[in-house]
Order: sequence, then C-alpha cells, then structure tokens
Amino acid sequence: MRITRTTGGHSRRAAAVATTVLTASALLLTGCSSDSDSSDSAKGSDASGPITLTVADFGQFGYKEAGLFAKYHQLHPDITVKEDVTADEKVYYPKLLQELNSGSGLADVQGIEVGRIKEVVDTKGDQFADLSKVINVDDWVSWKEKQATTSDGAVIGAGTDIGPMSLCYRPDLFKKAGLPTDREAVAQKIAGGWEDYLKLGEQYKAKAPAGTYFMDSASAMYNAVVSSNTEQYYDKDGKPIYKDSPSVKQGWSLAGEAAAKKLTQGLAQFSDPWVAALRKGSVATVACPAWMAGQISTNSGNAYKGKWDITRAPGSTAANWGGSFLSVPKGGKHVKEAGELVKWLTAPEQQAAVFKAIGVFPSNKGAYDLPEVQNAKLPYFNDAPIGKIYADEAKAIPEAVLGQKDGVIKDTISTQINNMEQRGTSPDDAWDAATKTIDKAIG
Amino acid sequence: MATTIPARDAATPPPGPPKPVSTERLAWRSRLWRFDDKASPYAYIAPFFLVFAAFGLFPLIYTGWIALHRVEMTGLDQMEWVGWENFGKILHDSEFWTAVSNTFLIGVISTVPQLLVALGLAHLLNYKLRASTFFRTLILTPYATSVASAALVFALVFRADGGLLNWLLHFIGLGHTNWTNGHWTSKIAISVIVIWRWTGYNTLIYLAAMQAVPTDLYEAASLDGASRWQQFRKVTIPSLRPTILFTIVISTIGSMQLFGEPLLLEGGTLGQTGGNENQYETLSIYLYNYGWNLGHLGPAAAVAWAMLALLLIIAAINWLFSRFVRKSAA
Repeated sequence: MRITRTTGGHSRRAAAVATTVLTASALLLTGCSSDSDSSDSAKGSDASGPITLTVADFGQFGYKEAGLFAKYHQLHPDITVKEDVTADEKVYYPKLLQELNSGSGLADVQGIEVGRIKEVVDTKGDQFADLSKVINVDDWVSWKEKQATTSDGAVIGAGTDIGPMSLCYRPDLFKKAGLPTDREAVAQKIAGGWEDYLKLGEQYKAKAPAGTYFMDSASAMYNAVVSSNTEQYYDKDGKPIYKDSPSVKQGWSLAGEAAAKKLTQGLAQFSDPWVAALRKGSVATVACPAWMAGQISTNSGNAYKGKWDITRAPGSTAANWGGSFLSVPKGGKHVKEAGELVKWLTAPEQQAAVFKAIGVFPSNKGAYDLPEVQNAKLPYFNDAPIGKIYADEAKAIPEAVLGQKDGVIKDTISTQINNMEQRGTSPDDAWDAATKTIDKAIG
Repeated sequence: MATTIPARDAATPPPGPPKPVSTERLAWRSRLWRFDDKASPYAYIAPFFLVFAAFGLFPLIYTGWIALHRVEMTGLDQMEWVGWENFGKILHDSEFWTAVSNTFLIGVISTVPQLLVALGLAHLLNYKLRASTFFRTLILTPYATSVASAALVFALVFRADGGLLNWLLHFIGLGHTNWTNGHWTSKIAISVIVIWRWTGYNTLIYLAAMQAVPTDLYEAASLDGASRWQQFRKVTIPSLRPTILFTIVISTIGSMQLFGEPLLLEGGTLGQTGGNENQYETLSIYLYNYGWNLGHLGPAAAVAWAMLALLLIIAAINWLFSRFVRKSAA
C-alpha cells in the first residue's frame, strides 16, 4: 500500500470526502422531505387541471358501495376521488394523530369517529378547515354538528351517519323458544327498558334451541344502555365522572347480571369469534344501532337472509350509538375542493344513497323526508321498515355530553365486561381493572 | 485529480533553485499523507456513525428527554417538565411488572428450546449429507417469512373455535383449549411462533461455528475411541462456547423486543393490550399501548429506557457468567 500511495492518495481522499458529503446530504434530504412536501404545494389555489382527492376513513362509510366517488367524478371530470380505508378505527386514529403531528401523510378528507371528535376538537381543532362556511350547519340534527364545533365556533367536521338504536332479533329462534315473533309484540315485551330485555332473555334461555344464546355480548348491551343517556363519561365542564355516572353504573350492573345469568355468548364485538357466531347463527338478539344492520347482514350471509328482523330498542328513550364526521385538514393540498366534496358527500341525497346501500343512517335532517329513507325496508331483515323506525327515533335523540377519552373508556369497559362473561372475572375485579386502565388513559 | 497537481506546480515559482522547493513540497505532501493515513479510516467509517447518530443516538437521547416530560400524542409541541415522575408512574404500575415477567417467561420458554433444537439441527447438518445446501436453505425459510404473516397463520392455528390445533387435539381425544385466553397457553402459543421463526437462523450460526472447528480434534477424539455423542459433548460444545454465548445474547435482545407476535396473535384491541388480562403483554406491547393507544408519550419513553436498563443488567450478568465459565474452564 505504501508504494502505491503516491498515485492513489488524492482520489481516495476525494472518495472519502464525497461519501461523507453524500451521506450527510442524504440525511438532510430525508429530514426535510416532509416539510418541503406540504409547503411547496399551493393550498387549493391551483384548481386548473385534473386533481386527485384522497379520502381516508375506517370501517364502512358506504361511499364506494353507493357508487358516490364514481358519480362525483362524472359530475366533476377534473376530480378523481381515491379512498384509503383502514378496517379498524383503533388503528386509524393513532395514525391520524401522528400525521397531524408531523404535518405529512394527511389525506384531503379525513374521517373522525364520534368517540374521538371531542379530543380532536379540543386539541387539534386549529389544524382543520372551518366547514361552517361551506356547509349549512342547521341542516343537521341539532346535536350532531355541535359535537364538531370548537370553542371559537369553527365547525371542523360534517356529520356522516348517526346510530339510532333498535333491536335486531331472530324470529325463528324466538318461535322455537316460545316467545312472540311479531315486531310490535316483541317491542311491547321490552317497552319497560333493559331490565325487561334481560327478563325476556331468561324466558328465552329456559327453552332456548341448543347452542344458541340470547345476546352476542353483554358489552354491546352496556354500550346501548350508556348511549341512551345524555350524561355518560364526562360532565359538561369536561371533567371525567365515569366512576359515578348513573348511566355507567346502570349499564355495568345490567351487563354483570347478563353475564352472571349466562344470557350472552360472551363475544367481543367485531372480533373473529363474533363474526363466526353470526355466520353460524347462534345469536338471537343484537343491540342494533343503525350501522349494525349492515354488519349483521354482511357477516351472517345468505343463509340467514329473511331470518332476522328489527324492532324498537328496549325502553322509551331514544339513543344514539356511534356515527362519524368528515373533516378537511388545513395541511391538505386541495382544501377548497375537499370542502366541496365533503359538502356533496354529506348532502341529503348522498346520505340517503349510502343509507340505501349499507343502512348507515343519515345525520342530515333533509334526508329524513326523502322517499329513499322514509320508505326504506331491509329485505334481509324480513322487510323491516327501518326508515320509519330510525327516522322517528333520530328526531328524539337528546344531545349527549362528549368527552376527550370517550373512545378509550368505552373500549376498556367493554374489554372488562368481556372478561366477566368469558372468564368469570368477578364484577369487582373487573371494575378495578377497568378504572386502573382508564385512569391511566385520562391521567 | 490529475488536473490539480499541475495547477499546484504552476503556482510555485518555476525558476530558482530546485532543491528547497522540492523538500518543501515533499514535506507538505508527507504531511498530507500522514493526515490521509490517520483521517481516511475515520472518513470511511463515518457514514455508519452519521447514520447511527441520526437514527440511533439522537432518538435514544431524545427518548430520554421525552421520558422526563409530560407529552401527549395530541400535542407534541407542548412539553412540560416533570422530572422522574414518568418513571415513578410505570414502576408503580402493576401492569408494567406483569409485562416484565411476561417478557422474561416468554423469553425463557422460547429461547431455551430454540437454542437446544438449533444446536441439534446444526450437528445433523454438519454430517456429510446429500443435498446439504438444500436442507440448509430450507431451514432458513421460516426466518425469511415476515413476522406478520407468521403470526397471522399461527393465529389461525391457535384459534379456540375452528383452530387447526384444537381440531387436531379433538381427534386424539383432548379437550377444547382457549389458547390465547390462558396464562400459560397464550405464552406457549407465542413461544411456538418465535421458535418456528428463529430456530433456523440460530442453526446456521451454529453450523458456521461447527465448520470452523479443526477436524484434527475430531480425528484425535475418534482415535481415542470417542463416540459421536462424546465428540459432540467434548469437542463440539466447548469449541462453540463463544458462539453459544453470542446466540444467547442475541436471543435475549430479541425476546426483549418481542412485539409483532403478541400484537397479532389476537389482533385488534386485545392485541394492543396483550390479551384481555394482559396475559401475554410484553414490554414492547406495554410501551406501544401506553404511547399509541392511551396517548401518553412520556411514560412510554420511560418504558423504553427501562427496557434499555434491563438489557444492560442482563448483559452484565451475562458477562459475569461468561467470566466465571472461562475461569472454571481454565
């Protein structure tokens, strides 16, 4: 080496320097790429030429099923809409927060679930476009848009669906167990509330067809019970009160009772075993927010077509469980066009089309009087007049107080209720475990 | 480069006595060479250290910084100094200790059988075999599959209803086991995935080490009348001692980082909390759940540092142990 040094020294040194510089610049490039991405693009100013709008959502929003993206492209040939679906909302939401934090990777339109909307409004509200200038807030059921309104009055989400509650049940199983099968008769049996529902469950269990259960999951009933109250996990001042909340207590004790009496199959909703149970037809009733009907028909499949029916939920209080919003992050490339798309997607006609396609219920009041909604019947559910059942209820739903960590609290309590059902965990132990996790989440 | 040298020549005054110029030039050159000699190696290894500083060291220190603050997923720009509070929080959390013991239990029941099987397989592969390359490649294929697909396939195997394993057990008359629900069964399920994936990898490491063992040792041993088993015990194992220590260290680090398998065994919310009673929650899952699901990055960062501390403790024990082994062998 020493001999060849004279000729090789310079070029070797140069190579070394070049490598170092290259590496350093590569690092700089990767470090800055996210910034240059968002700042280079003029926000919504360049409307000429074809553009692609991305819609990021979770679960089943129904736009594809209703053919709305294709239709929007027909109406606006310059705009192509691409949907990016995450199946599980619990995976979707942390990703959304990360993208908001880093300012990169955001879609033009982002869906937000109602259990998260309060947290987004409180902590990330300034990162979303104010839609109140685009949509007419009064078109929605009174409480829906309030949930997406920040303290400065900006509306950061347009309501998609809501979840008025009903009860899905299997008349054929009811008949075998010697219970009434008619919609109205079943509704009468449970008109007194969820205690009546449990009594009906005991009657069912006494003569139940082998291998069937009265309900899928006690946690589902818990969620239904809590949903029918205005005060759930937080009070009006945003203070967590879930430990003393009457609705939580009521839901918890009812769930414990259902678990102790073994009225449930003890399945975590949306898990694989739950899907399998629907496919096998082992469940006689499911607490049924509007969007649940789609889940049941998809998972139960053709074998049970016409064997399900829908009736009013137990009790007389109207309840809402779930529902989502569409929002437009300010960091998007086409804020203006995205706002227009959101306005169109959440207009009465489009919400009615989605309702027809997959049964998620409109939050836009204008849709309730449309024939597609009023006359809607679900053939899968023995032609149940869902339009009427849900529309009547939707108008009566009271405004519920939302809290920042509603989603986590609901999920944690549901997990512990599943423990009571599946593993016989005592209610006290389950409650201790739930409060520990929730306090950790809140604190 | 050639162009720069004449240019430098041209800069020096052409006329005049040639000797002093050349010594000056030589001195300059030799100083350059000496600098080159000393500095170039650093330049050559610089890319690694730059990348390490950016993606290893900086995150490490920054994580420590976060661990001393209150930082929420919903507001990364707002940091509030809390000192050691986050560490106190996790140390007083029984779930943390559950995760620690789970991590160690799963680590032991996956590492020990895995290394023993790997040692045996490597010994078999070390014989003269037909198509040995084929078998050596075959044994590495599980390692080449992704964690995600392996975990998802095994999730089907271990499923309580309609799972392959329960179906097979049913045939030999054994009862119905909810694998993911039990404290031990869920840990065994996860260990099976780990063992399946990593045995081949360790086998190849052992095989490489075995082939480096001088053949005259074996010849001498067989001349002395040692059987195959005695050769394995008295020649192979002692020669492999450093390699075995290496694989133990690597496996320990690996089991400390165990994440994908428990996360995907049941998936969804149950995966994020390591089962409904945290029965198979590892430290990585605990960290992930604290940071990404509950949204508190401070305690999550503290967990990361606690994991590092645990690894250092294990490394120290390992070092003491290997020193003890070396001393007693001498």
